[in-house]
Amino acid sequence: MAVVNREISKKAAEIRKELGHNFRDVMVEDIYKDAEAIAQKAVTIKSARQYDFDQKVDKILTSPIFGIPIMGALLALVFWLTIVGANVPSALLADGLFWLEDQMAQGMQLLGSPWWLTGFLIHGVYKGLAWVVSVMLPPMAIFFPVFTILEDFGYLPRVAFNMDWLFRKAGAHGKQSLTMAMGFGCNAAGIIATRVIESPRERIIAILTNNFVPCNGRFPTLIMLSIVFVAAAFPPAVASLVAAGTVVTIVLIGVLTTLIVSSVLSRTVLKGEASSFTLELPPYRKPAIGRILYTSLIDRTLFVLWRAIIMAAPAGGLIWLLANISIQDQSLAMWIAGWLNPAGHLMGLDGAILLAYIVAIPANEIVVPTIIMIYSHAGTMLDITQLDQLRALLVDQAGWTMLTAVNLMLFALLHNPCSTAILTIWKETKSVRWTVIGALMPLGIGIVVTFLVAQIWRLF
Amino acid sequence: MSVKETIKEASASPCESCGFNLQRLGIEVDKWDYVIALAGNPNTGKSTVFNHLTGLKQHTGNWPGKTVTRAEGGFTWQNKTFKMVDLPGTYSLLSASVDEEVARDFLLFGQPDATIVVMDATILERNLNLVLQILEITDHVVIALNLMDEARRKGMDVDHRALAKQLGVPVVPTVARQGTGLNLLIESVHGVIEGTIPTKPHRIRVSPAIQQALDQLVPEIERVFPELPNARWIAMRLLDGDIKVQKALEKGEWDVFLGESVFDQAHSAETEAL
Repeated sequence: MAVVNREISKKAAEIRKELGHNFRDVMVEDIYKDAEAIAQKAVTIKSARQYDFDQKVDKILTSPIFGIPIMGALLALVFWLTIVGANVPSALLADGLFWLEDQMAQGMQLLGSPWWLTGFLIHGVYKGLAWVVSVMLPPMAIFFPVFTILEDFGYLPRVAFNMDWLFRKAGAHGKQSLTMAMGFGCNAAGIIATRVIESPRERIIAILTNNFVPCNGRFPTLIMLSIVFVAAAFPPAVASLVAAGTVVTIVLIGVLTTLIVSSVLSRTVLKGEASSFTLELPPYRKPAIGRILYTSLIDRTLFVLWRAIIMAAPAGGLIWLLANISIQDQSLAMWIAGWLNPAGHLMGLDGAILLAYIVAIPANEIVVPTIIMIYSHAGTMLDITQLDQLRALLVDQAGWTMLTAVNLMLFALLHNPCSTAILTIWKETKSVRWTVIGALMPLGIGIVVTFLVAQIWRLF
Repeated sequence: MSVKETIKEASASPCESCGFNLQRLGIEVDKWDYVIALAGNPNTGKSTVFNHLTGLKQHTGNWPGKTVTRAEGGFTWQNKTFKMVDLPGTYSLLSASVDEEVARDFLLFGQPDATIVVMDATILERNLNLVLQILEITDHVVIALNLMDEARRKGMDVDHRALAKQLGVPVVPTVARQGTGLNLLIESVHGVIEGTIPTKPHRIRVSPAIQQALDQLVPEIERVFPELPNARWIAMRLLDGDIKVQKALEKGEWDVFLGESVFDQAHSAETEAL
């Protein structure tokens, strides 16, 4: 049996040689000719109005001059809407949830619960949850639907079209701009999306660099810092614009890092030419608002929030324990933060921030709440329910400067992927080597960049 | 009954407005009567069709390449349980990216009972490239001619009967976003599976040199594997130097690429290549 079968493939090989020319090209040409003939018999074009409309819009949105500026402006608009819209609901949520914290603590006291149980459950676990919900829910509930409207309209492929030449120059695949755009939602999703890239070399580049665009878990950190620190230095009228501009700048730094790292990789360990591909620009479609609200709120917002909550509850408990178990009159949290302080100082950060990053490895979403929890447990127990109170805590108590805020934003952009993303890299590459590189390379870059920024900053 | 007549009759079916007599099963499909593959170019509304029929909420979006993995779901219709496999959207089945391989391997080796190919009516010609390739692989095909509303808005008149006549398989006009035409789609799929709607799929008109090569090779394949439904396609793949198909042929094992092993194969090939 096996012999007969091999004979067939041998014969096929012979015929292939006889054919002499490239079989694939002829075949593809035949298929196209056939398709053209069939389509001609089935389609009658009465007028070409809509087609004109699409072309006119594309002329602007993908123009070599305006395409990229428009992209930046749209991105800024999305962040501005998010920042302006999330402000009030965030404050209301925080008010309500922290009021509930007091009520529950009193209730447990009345029921005779020991102080440490009340502390662990209410001031630890619950407080962690309350922070995550009030800091993250409003921005996500605005960001996701707005972003999905752009996606449904058909804008994402235009983004890929605009950025194709940049990625090609970097020796990477043009479709990497699509997987990068997916990364804004979730890096793990962006990494899975690299399956559309044919060449293994370019796919690995796309996987390794996906983490350089901030995911939705990291946007709240960026948005909060840009409001509290950068925008606060400007008059209220322009503050939200400045905050949006700051987030856009951070995103652009992320894109730039993606291009630089892709370029370095494709010239060293992953050498090769960029392969060409056809990108279809789909017709513009009127976004289906009802469906967008459903999928972006239920699928994305609640999904991300739920994940954050699962991670934040134990993190809150852990922080409370670290803050309340004392050795020689100093809490464990203070000991660890103290040990990490020299390294933190070199990077323009501090020990508490590094501790928060270690606690938050499972999910980036909880970095800021964790930092706040460490500080507020460390000093006098201050209840922070307003953003200006937050600023007071960070600046007056923890001694933050503009450098701390800038470097924290940079480090939020450039550090190791969350555990889910790392696991996804392993699942997609099935290689320990690429997984380790994918996890450690961004962290290394983050450490180097924040270190350099801190040193240069301090020179002036 | 000729294909054309059957389609006319199906189109005249009264039950377009009486709602679906369909029960969505989500992903809870344990036993099924039929497996249906859902194929098509990227961004034609495949996932929308899939969601509508199964009641699942796969994320949909207006950009090509959104679905890169196989999604599965199911529904029952007239006491029959259908398992649906949503394949990644691809422009062709000839190249070697992971998403195209997932789609091709399932059609070629998974042998679904029927395949729905979702087409974008506004760019029919470009979509036909994939359709013609799928018709070489399997006879049991029903075309969902989707985005008919958009085609009308663009001032295009797409004649689904003319298309059906040329392709030799049923063509059902649909607007998946609104669920229009999906009942008729399932009815046609059922008809194709049961054999009440006969199909005679179009064969790619190839140039004489290729036809000559196929004439030599196809009888050989048919002699060794008489039950193989797509000897012509296999021959084309061999002539193109497709290692995977060649290996399957040599071993005589067609199911080796199925299931999750599709991914593993692709991955090990990739990491080896590095």
